Amino acid sequence: MADNLPPPTINADSAQYWEAARREKLVIRKCRACDALHFMPRAVCPSCWSHDLEWVEATGRGKIHSFTIIRRAPLPAFVDRVPYAVALIDLSEGPRMMANIVGENALNIRIGDEVEVTFERRGEGAVPQFKLLSA
Amino acid sequence: MSLRNKIAIVGVGESDIGKVPNMTGLGLNAQAAKRALDDAGLKVTDIDGLLTAYSFTEPYFMLGSVMCEYLGLKPRYNASMVVGGASPAVMLKHAAEAIAAGHAETVLICAGENRASGQTRDQAVAALLAVGHPYFEQPYGPSIPGFYAMIAQRHMAEYGTTREHLAQVAVTARRHALLHPNAHMKKPLAMEDVLAAKPIADPLGMFDCCLLSDAGGAFIVTSAERARDLPSRPIYLLGIGEYHTHEHLLCAPSLTEFGASVSGQAAYAMAGLGPSDMDFAELYDCFTIVPLIELEELGFCKRGESGAFYADGKAAIGGELPVNTHGGMLSHAHAGAAGGLFGIVEAVRQLRGGLGPRQVDGAETALVHNEGGILSSHCTLILANQQR
Repeated sequence: MADNLPPPTINADSAQYWEAARREKLVIRKCRACDALHFMPRAVCPSCWSHDLEWVEATGRGKIHSFTIIRRAPLPAFVDRVPYAVALIDLSEGPRMMANIVGENALNIRIGDEVEVTFERRGEGAVPQFKLLSA
Repeated sequence: MSLRNKIAIVGVGESDIGKVPNMTGLGLNAQAAKRALDDAGLKVTDIDGLLTAYSFTEPYFMLGSVMCEYLGLKPRYNASMVVGGASPAVMLKHAAEAIAAGHAETVLICAGENRASGQTRDQAVAALLAVGHPYFEQPYGPSIPGFYAMIAQRHMAEYGTTREHLAQVAVTARRHALLHPNAHMKKPLAMEDVLAAKPIADPLGMFDCCLLSDAGGAFIVTSAERARDLPSRPIYLLGIGEYHTHEHLLCAPSLTEFGASVSGQAAYAMAGLGPSDMDFAELYDCFTIVPLIELEELGFCKRGESGAFYADGKAAIGGELPVNTHGGMLSHAHAGAAGGLFGIVEAVRQLRGGLGPRQVDGAETALVHNEGGILSSHCTLILANQQR
C-alpha cells in the first residue's frame, strides 16, 4: 500500500529520528539545559537556544488533538489511499506531531481519541503512524 | 514612530480576473499596476519604490527586480517579500515605514499570478503543498484544505460551530461577489450547493475552498502630505500591526487562537480605535473557517460566536459588520498574494464610496486582515477616508 508513498527525507537535523523510525522507535528531542522537549528536530532548543540536546524515546502514546479525512489527494502518490485520516497527535510527553491514523476503523476517529504509534515501511526506512487504542 | 495619519493609499487597480489565458502572471501585475497608476493620477516616473511577493506559476528568482525590469522601473526601494497571504499588508507596513523615514516617496505594491491558466489544477494543488512541512507533514499526504480542515474540526469541537455555519460564509461571499463587476464567480450559490459539493477534506467541501484565478492586484502608497496634491480621494492608514507564531500547522501554538488577536491589538492601539469603530471588514478567507476565526480574534464577537454572527446576517452588506464586500477569495479572486491584496483594494473603494448596491452605507473606517501560511503570519490594518 505504501509502495509509491514518499520515503523519509534524511538531513542533519533528522538523521537520528529517521534511523530510530527505521528500527520502529519514536524519538523526540530533549534539551539538557532547560528540559524542554520538542518535535520537528532542530539544531537548537526552540525554548532556550541551547545546543546541548539529547534524543529520548517517547512512549508512543498520545491523543488526537484534531484530524481530517482527506478525500481529494494533493499528490498522485496518495490517490490510491483516499479517503485517509491525517491527524495532529499530542504525545503523552507533550509535543505535537502529524501522522496518518491507520487501521480498519481509522476513519471513525474523534478528537480526544487515544492512539498508539505504529510504523509504516517506506523505501529503505519507515514513518511513524498511529492507530486507535480503543479498537 | 507611529505611522498613524502619515500614509495614504492613493491608487488601486485590479487586472482582468478569472480565466485570462492571453496574459502572463507578470502581465496581470502590469495591467493592475497601470490601472492603479491611472487611478492615482500619477506618472510612471513618480514611482520610486516597488514591493511585490512571489509566484508559484512563473520561474523567476528576485521577483521584485523582475517586476521592476518588466515595468521599466529603476526604483531606489525594491524587494520581494514572502509572508504568504500576509504579504500585501506586510508590504504596506514596510512601504509606510520607508516613506515615513524618507527612503521612498511613492511605492507601488503589486501581486498576482496566472493560477487558472498557467498551471493545471493538479499542479496548483501540488505546488501549494510546499506550504506544508516537507519532512514532517508532507509524507502524510495532507493538503492545504486538510490543514484548515483540522482547524475547523477543532473549532467545531470546542465551540459547537456547525457545517452550516461554514457554508454560510461561502454563501455570503458569493452574494457579495455577484455585486462586483470584476468578480471571478458570476452565478448564485445556495446553502444546499455548498453542503452537497464534492468533499475535499472533512468538514470542508469544494465551495469552502478559495478559487484558483488568473488575477493581479496593485495599490500605490505615498505620504499623506503628497496625497493632498493628487486627484484621487486619499485613504489614510490609521493603524497597522503584525505578529508571527509559526509556519507549519504542527508547530501552531493553538488551533483556535492565533496571532491575529495580537496584530489586531497593535493596529487598534495605533489607531486609537476598537472593533466597534469599524464600519466593515475585509478578512482573509482562503477557507470558510478563516473569517470565522478572524472575527473572534479581532474582537468582533466572542470566541465561538462567529458562526452565529454569519448565520444572523451580521456579516452581509447591510448587516452589523459587512465582511468581504467584494466576495473575498471564495468568490471574487484568489491568485497567490493577490488574494489578500484585493481586500485592501476593496476597502479603499468602499471608503471612497459610490459603489451602488455593493456600497456599505456610511463607510468611513475599515479593518483589513491578511494571514499567511496556516494562520501563521498575520497583519492587520485600519484604514479611513479621513485623518483622525
